[in-house]
Amino acid sequence: MKTLPWQRMALYSLLVLFCFFYLMPLVVMVLTSFKTLPDIKAGNLISLPEVWVLDAWSKAWSSACTGVKCEGIQGYFWNSFQMVIPAVAISTLLGAFNGYVISKWKFKGSDLFFSLLLFGCFIPFQVILLPMASLLGKMGLANTTAGLVLVHVIYGAAFTTLFFRNFYVGIPDELVKAAKLDGAGFFTIFFRIMLPLSVPIIMVTVIWQFTSIWNDFLFGVVYSGSETQPITVALNNLVNTSTGVKEYNVDMAAAIIAALPTLVVYVLAGKYFVRGLTAGSVKG
Amino acid sequence: MEHTMSTSISKSQPKKRFADRLQHWLPKIVLAPTMVMTVVCIYGFIFWTAALSMTNSRFLPSFNFTGFSQYAKLMENDRWLTSLSNLAIFGFLFIAIVIMLGVSLAIFLDQNIRQEGAIRTIYLYPMALSFIVTGTAWKWILNPGLGLEKLMHDWGFTGFEFDWLVNSEMSVYTLVIAGVWQSSGFVMAMFLAGLRGIDDSIIKAAQIDGASLPVIYWKIILPCLRPVFFSAVIITSHIAIKSFDLVTALTSGGPGYSSDLPALFMYAHSFTRGQIGLGAASAMMMLGGVLAILVPYLYSELREKKS
Repeated sequence: MKTLPWQRMALYSLLVLFCFFYLMPLVVMVLTSFKTLPDIKAGNLISLPEVWVLDAWSKAWSSACTGVKCEGIQGYFWNSFQMVIPAVAISTLLGAFNGYVISKWKFKGSDLFFSLLLFGCFIPFQVILLPMASLLGKMGLANTTAGLVLVHVIYGAAFTTLFFRNFYVGIPDELVKAAKLDGAGFFTIFFRIMLPLSVPIIMVTVIWQFTSIWNDFLFGVVYSGSETQPITVALNNLVNTSTGVKEYNVDMAAAIIAALPTLVVYVLAGKYFVRGLTAGSVKG
Repeated sequence: MEHTMSTSISKSQPKKRFADRLQHWLPKIVLAPTMVMTVVCIYGFIFWTAALSMTNSRFLPSFNFTGFSQYAKLMENDRWLTSLSNLAIFGFLFIAIVIMLGVSLAIFLDQNIRQEGAIRTIYLYPMALSFIVTGTAWKWILNPGLGLEKLMHDWGFTGFEFDWLVNSEMSVYTLVIAGVWQSSGFVMAMFLAGLRGIDDSIIKAAQIDGASLPVIYWKIILPCLRPVFFSAVIITSHIAIKSFDLVTALTSGGPGYSSDLPALFMYAHSFTRGQIGLGAASAMMMLGGVLAILVPYLYSELREKKS
């Protein structure tokens, strides 16, 4: 399609302008995190720091107050990892098995079950919050990391199943049938044939689950105790309840730390990230 | 086929029968945990919340049924009504702007742009962040006195005023700004994927007929993207109804409860104000909202797949 040079210029200017719009908050956060408080008061959002200092970063990491405790956000950062790793591993494995059954070992009712499950991934979680709190309490898992892992596994299974099911539907049934004739059983087919083919969808699922569990706030704020809070809850406490002088530089440093793991995943595996985001939402 | 096979084998080798039966049951056994989780933790819990919403539960769940009185209370509750009208404002603007921006950016990026990959990465990275981080960042930028307002003053626009964050009339619009920043890249990615899926030959044919680029987009390409528009509306309205983290981090529903949304109302009444019955009723109303959007969508999807 031929377009005039000035149209190309206008197009590129517009695209660059939007780059500024999307980058601005990140740039502002980074600049602010390296400033001192007087520097923040004297300068503006996009002025460079007078002197680049790391004070806000070390304070955010190890001595800023989140609520009553003043030990920084490091503990919560590790809490998030302790929650996210088992939750991602279990929900991905569960999704792989479920998707395998629903696509290759259909039985009466398996399609109905899939529809029920699919429907479940769209409900607003507010509608399950109260009973889940009771259940966790009865199981002795209230305020524990294990409880949070359980919640994320339960409500993540719908999405992971959807991902794997849609992927396995594309793998020819003949492959499975031939293996069955050769006498391969349920697990042999799964581990020897399906799983080796699944690397791309495992990537998508792991990234999707990692991002959404790491970024979750609702389950974290409702089901975690003061010792097991994930990083999102700690960040919110730091930013919204600190008393005395408001330390914007510390807030920004903490926000970047909270965002870092998912940003790293996005930069390293962006292709899979996008595929995960659009999977199931765009046909074809 | 499996059945005939397993019976023929089992006749000749009785020992294998158990293994075959196990093979037959294995898929069901593997699916069972998720089945139980779904039935109990999704459908059972919805029923449980529905029951709670018809009780006078306050700090602890109780089962003294009071009919629909919590719903009646909800409808007379000023804060709930504010949160509903806020959801209408936020939802409408958020969805409309995100989709318009998403379509436009996708079309712009589809013009053989150099460095397309880098630009796409920049547009999409906010999606990797949590709404808590997004809210924290925008809270700082929109801070009257130190944020954008100060920047404009420093640049010589001394009359510039931007106090939406602390202005109860305008605070709900700050949610739109941050929400659009966070989600528009994602919608762009959806539309870009849709555009790339359109057959080039249709466009080439239209070009040969002498149609101009805007006409081709307006008359041919955008109508082809109807399913993507549909999905984008569903997904963004779902994000809007669930919005809890963004409003918590950005405005905490304030000033007062001027930027409250139903999800925040539900949390506050259920977990901090000891109004479990009322909180459950508000949750059921949210479910109703999602179902009103979702049921027609799933219905049309399933019908299409069958045909």
